[in-house]
Amino acid sequence: MPIHESGMSSTGSVLVRRHSKLVVSRIRAAWVFLLPMLLLLLVVAGWPLLRTIWFSLTDATFSNMEQASFIGLENYLIYEDGEWFGILADGLWWRAVWNTLTFTAFSVSLELVLGMIFALVLNAEFPMRGLVRAAVLIPWAIPTIVSAKIWGWMLHDQFGIVNHILMSLALIDSPLSWTASADLSLWAVIVVDVWKTTPFMALLILAALQMLPSDCYEAARVDGIHPVKVFFRVTLPLIMPALVVAVTFRVLDALRVFDVIYVLTSNSSDTMSISVFARQQLVEFQQVGYGSAASVLVFLSVMSLTLIWMYLSNRSSNHGGVK
Amino acid sequence: MNRNIMRILARSGFSLLVVLILVFCLFPFYYAIITSFKSSSELFQASYWVNQLHFDNYQHILGQETFIHSLFNSVLVSTLVVGLSLLLGLTASYALGRFEFRGRSTVLMVILAVSMFPQVAVLSGLFEVIRMLGLYNNPFGLVISYMLFTLPFTVWILTTFMQQLPKELEEAAIVDGATPWMTLVRVMMPLLWPALVTTGMLAFIAAWNEFLFALTFTLTDDQRTVPVAIALISGASQYELPWGIIMAASVLVTLPLVIMVLFFQRRIVSGLTAGAVKG
Repeated sequence: MPIHESGMSSTGSVLVRRHSKLVVSRIRAAWVFLLPMLLLLLVVAGWPLLRTIWFSLTDATFSNMEQASFIGLENYLIYEDGEWFGILADGLWWRAVWNTLTFTAFSVSLELVLGMIFALVLNAEFPMRGLVRAAVLIPWAIPTIVSAKIWGWMLHDQFGIVNHILMSLALIDSPLSWTASADLSLWAVIVVDVWKTTPFMALLILAALQMLPSDCYEAARVDGIHPVKVFFRVTLPLIMPALVVAVTFRVLDALRVFDVIYVLTSNSSDTMSISVFARQQLVEFQQVGYGSAASVLVFLSVMSLTLIWMYLSNRSSNHGGVK
Repeated sequence: MNRNIMRILARSGFSLLVVLILVFCLFPFYYAIITSFKSSSELFQASYWVNQLHFDNYQHILGQETFIHSLFNSVLVSTLVVGLSLLLGLTASYALGRFEFRGRSTVLMVILAVSMFPQVAVLSGLFEVIRMLGLYNNPFGLVISYMLFTLPFTVWILTTFMQQLPKELEEAAIVDGATPWMTLVRVMMPLLWPALVTTGMLAFIAAWNEFLFALTFTLTDDQRTVPVAIALISGASQYELPWGIIMAASVLVTLPLVIMVLFFQRRIVSGLTAGAVKG
């Protein structure tokens, strides 16, 4: 931040020169301060990304990463002897895409609804509110691996407490195998993710709620408007910008999901996400070329969504709308 | 009369909601704790409490040398990650928050873009880098690779806090002829302690919980971190996992985080919302 330029420019050329010298040295200092961070990001993000893109265009395997030869887009898609090959023709890849999209859609919407309810409750005044707010943070702090293991035990087909509860309430008559059955396992994954991430959503919404002006609520109360109507007509539009940010964050996060699926259901194709697919090809099948191609596709889908979101939010803030 | 009944109903409905939220959030962890104190014969009867505390599971897991190694590795990696990302985050955010220069918004955009990177997108390239540096199967390799996700949010959050500090302090230091480094250390840092504690804790939690890199970049039991160690605990067969031991290990690695969260609840919340809302 340069020192008040307007006051200095009129006081003669010596001061101006000294001033611009200060500005130049401050710009240099800024880059010196930035350099270590930028270098490290280059080592862990920029360069590895370029290498991954390169690998995706080669036939690299784990044992010959250095001597891999260029094969163009064959890992992605190739037409040979009347048949299509490559990831884009791989049924398992499309299964993983479908799983990821289903997972993202259901977990983020459930988190949004539950997070909203949590936030509204925590925004009200009641005794021991601080304690409840701390308790809500606990699922967020628990490592994903640990929550997947805890839920894996609770959802155990023979000895799990969830089946026990559901059977004693007579909601089911025989134990369900939550994490192994093809119909249920994706739902089990969604449940665990919703449990872990709702607190984060609730906190973001709560922060938005606490910034709302209280006078319009008083006006609404004086006019005797029903609270539900106030929520949909006043609260919801006012916190919409914060909701959009929170949902965007969660969607981008959910598209990358790995830990919870890998631990809860390992490499089962019923729940496999695109990240699990890519890692399996890379590490377990040691197909570095093919796996990198999958990684690049994950990257492209997440990045293009990010860019669209950045473009939209920039445009709306330039028009003086939500930021 | 009628209005009183309505009010009582509304209030008890609200209390019920609070109780439901508490059960939803706390029951799984509570269940893990009681499971960890069960003997192996009690394990297979579903119950909501334990009649007698058994410490067998804890004795077993703490008697395993590899688990102690993993605990040590996790503490080492997370601490170094906090130190390194705070150091680099502090200098970078000072430049981004208090200096005006061409390219500033581009750098901020790059950082935001990196924070959206799917970890799996750099997996093969980063694996190569780690191996070239001779850090494969080494906790220090994990420290470097974790910068991918801790640096962006550290820089982001600290930059927002930097921008909120009053301009006058820094100007006084410049007039006194202090170098930017001295200004950062003597003037800015003392004011930024709360933000540093917050971001440090977020970085610690992120590093402590990370799984994909830790699973991929380590090979032997003695180099692993606890999330990987827990994920790889296995029994005689796939269907006979030692659940009591897994739960004991889970409680052990989670307890420090839970205590931290309960203590620093407000700070963590302010960090999380500063990182996201300004995004």
